Amino acid sequence: MELNIAGVNLDVTEDGYLNDLSQWNKEVATEIAKEEGIELTDKHWEVIAWLQDQVKKEKPLSVRGIKKSGVVDIKQFYALFPEGPLKKSTRIAGVPKPKSCI
Amino acid sequence: MSQTKVRKMLFILSKATIENVYAAFVMANGARMEGIDAEIFFTFFGLEAIQTKKLKSLKVATVGNPAMHIPTMVGGLPGMEAFATMMMKKEMEKLDMPPVDEFLEILSASGVKLWACKLAVDMFHLKESDLIEDLDGVLTIGDFYNKADQEGTQMLFI
Repeated sequence: MELNIAGVNLDVTEDGYLNDLSQWNKEVATEIAKEEGIELTDKHWEVIAWLQDQVKKEKPLSVRGIKKSGVVDIKQFYALFPEGPLKKSTRIAGVPKPKSCI
Repeated sequence: MSQTKVRKMLFILSKATIENVYAAFVMANGARMEGIDAEIFFTFFGLEAIQTKKLKSLKVATVGNPAMHIPTMVGGLPGMEAFATMMMKKEMEKLDMPPVDEFLEILSASGVKLWACKLAVDMFHLKESDLIEDLDGVLTIGDFYNKADQEGTQMLFI
């Protein structure tokens, strides 16, 4: 599928996740965040950078990983990305939707 | 994006075997990760999972559990339960499943409400000091039914 955001055609999955992280930039993230009803703050960017780093290191993402991240605690994570935090944050970060059940 | 009509999951956990406790925890956490509200009502043996002194030593059932594929008599031998539990915990750690105490912390921080059943608390002569700090309170079953206060609520007995 294709999604036009910030004047660029992005290659996305059926769920709207970027297929190619190289198409990601801050403008794209800001627009996807808007779709999700989120205004990005410095803390959001920190989480996004951490998520991208984990994915580059091929580490699976889970809520337990968030707890150990040292970037945010779980309460903050839910506050930053309400209603489905890992799903929303990964979509904004341009990384694949996590497959973990935990 | 989310297609589900489920808005709130209410779990009644009545057992203390590790597989049942994790079933409730994984489903409650999974609900929150999908933006669904979740609450757990711990009753009868399920209360072991929120007793500070007991929650770290929950066991797998090796007797009366055909899926263990060992004869019941063997499952009843001393040490079998501990052995099977150790093996299962090892596998869970590989999948990054948190131990019970850490899982409870995660659930509470994720906004899952944790309730103890008043009748069972009285029956087992438990005091509030026996229970975890993250507990949201002690309720009657009637109080718990009242948590089913919106469309799309589901209640599950484990």
